[in-house]
Amino acid sequence: MRDLPRVLLRNRKPDRITSLEEYRASGGYRALETTLRELSPQDVCGMVVDSGLQGRGGAGFPAGRKWMGVAQDGPHPRYIVANADEMEPGTFKDRVLIHADPHQVIEGMLLAGYAVGASKGIIFVRPAYGRMAEILEREIEAARQAGLVGNRILSSQFSMELVVHRSGGRYICGEGTAQINAIMGTRPQPRETPPRTTEKGLWDMPTVLHNVETLACVPHILLNGPDWFKGLAKSPTGAGTKLYCVSGKVQRPGCYELPMGTPLREILEHHAGGLRPGSRFKACLPGGASTRFLTPDCLEVEMDYESLRRAGHRLGTGAIIVFDQDTCLVRAALNLIRFFARESCGWCTPCREGLPFVQEILEQLEAGRGSMEQVEMLRSMADSLCNAFCPLAPGAAQPLESLLTCFRDELLEHVRLGRCPYGALERSP
Amino acid sequence: MPRDGKGINNKELTMRSREQVLDELRQKISQAEHPRELVVDVMLALQEHYGYLSDQAVEQTASLLGMTLLEVEELATFYDFIYRQPVGRFVIRVCDSVVCWLEGGEPLAKHLQAKLGIPMGGTSSDGLFTLLPVCCIGYCDMAPAMLVNNRVYGNLTPERLDQILEELRGAHGAGKSQEQ
Repeated sequence: MRDLPRVLLRNRKPDRITSLEEYRASGGYRALETTLRELSPQDVCGMVVDSGLQGRGGAGFPAGRKWMGVAQDGPHPRYIVANADEMEPGTFKDRVLIHADPHQVIEGMLLAGYAVGASKGIIFVRPAYGRMAEILEREIEAARQAGLVGNRILSSQFSMELVVHRSGGRYICGEGTAQINAIMGTRPQPRETPPRTTEKGLWDMPTVLHNVETLACVPHILLNGPDWFKGLAKSPTGAGTKLYCVSGKVQRPGCYELPMGTPLREILEHHAGGLRPGSRFKACLPGGASTRFLTPDCLEVEMDYESLRRAGHRLGTGAIIVFDQDTCLVRAALNLIRFFARESCGWCTPCREGLPFVQEILEQLEAGRGSMEQVEMLRSMADSLCNAFCPLAPGAAQPLESLLTCFRDELLEHVRLGRCPYGALERSP
Repeated sequence: MPRDGKGINNKELTMRSREQVLDELRQKISQAEHPRELVVDVMLALQEHYGYLSDQAVEQTASLLGMTLLEVEELATFYDFIYRQPVGRFVIRVCDSVVCWLEGGEPLAKHLQAKLGIPMGGTSSDGLFTLLPVCCIGYCDMAPAMLVNNRVYGNLTPERLDQILEELRGAHGAGKSQEQ
């Protein structure tokens, strides 16, 4: 195996956050210096387009194309939003990233701001990450003292303010348009698009919203070039590295920075240490709660957006949750559906009414009181969840649909036996 | 409003600085380009002061930001970390999402409920602990995990939980003697 590129986590230390000085010593803020001196905003956009960088928050939208969505003659002020509202079950990469090297995200926001003409950046942080909010505020202040944030950055004509916005806590705030509403102090339910937020976002002004991992890639792209970034990937369809979060029944759960497109089997067996003694791989969610259960026949898949899409899956947030042969997937799906039902913002009917209905059916099936009719009903519910207003309910439909398709026998076994074949509902840890 | 003696004492202690809290918020709001952007900060600050977001705090939030009571209420009841009812000194939030479930989160939650003698959503009679479920807190590499106020505890076992509860009781005792 070739040496693994260490890009986003190269300054990761066991118990300490990388300081501004250490970040600069490792080449940090050099991309900003060079860019402000030598590159036009259009150059920056072009390089990010060429790099093939895709949004790391789940949707995989090309970052450069998002920037191009801000019209050059569009109104000012413009905003950059860094989404650190990491709440997709199984996902903890943004926490690891910011606790390792916060200035990467700050520099990424400044560069994105320069590219689209933004004058303010807002980092949206969930309440469970209170420490992260404090770190960011402290480091933004350190950057300000060093002339890297605020008026006339590094004596150039470019000015940009950065602030941290603390959320009151709700999963839906991670959805881009809901986050816009949350920041403005209105009820955080998703908005209809178009208009896209790049056209009308915060206070109806152009707003570019990215996951923090996406922004952290930007300084490296500008410093080393788009081709270098593309070359970091292991698969021809990927670009850059990816922070994969592995959890569940593996020996070494954790956040691993690996070339984009690293095969799933390699991530699990080599990096996460394989399954625990006595555990065999039954299925995993490859990219958080809003992705389909992936079965053992797909273990060779290269973990990038395009390869997973071709295999009928989604990379999502790259959070791999591993289930073993002793896990009841009906029960796992029930847990996921309960999560989505509780987190629904209540705005539209398929989500507000549909998810509790699915939850009730799964509860009955798991308790051994289900019927064949209910199994078929789940199928039609999985379809109607996809009619919801925003991606929350269609996300919930992903594990449900794959349960029905790939683990139908397990479902039917619950009906036939009149109980869960995996025994008691709870197992000790 | 907290009905037990301790809660009322706390309130009296902090009452004196209420104007101070409001002044600080007014100051902050006067500098904001879009005051309403601060609504969560204002609710959190008042919650910190009163122990929860009381009706009075909702009214103060509305008047500070020029919002209607309904506009504040629809946010206060939407967000997980805003409490419209009194809570204990320590709010324990047990993650019940898929990874923690997989790693034995349910028996742990049961253990906590038995140990504290309260159901999920309840507050212990000494006013120290409130138990709430929470969705994935982003510590799946240390599952099962929970939050106590803003601190995270991971790799939990029943023994570790007992130890944490004792530590929290101890910290509370120490804090009380310092106040006196």
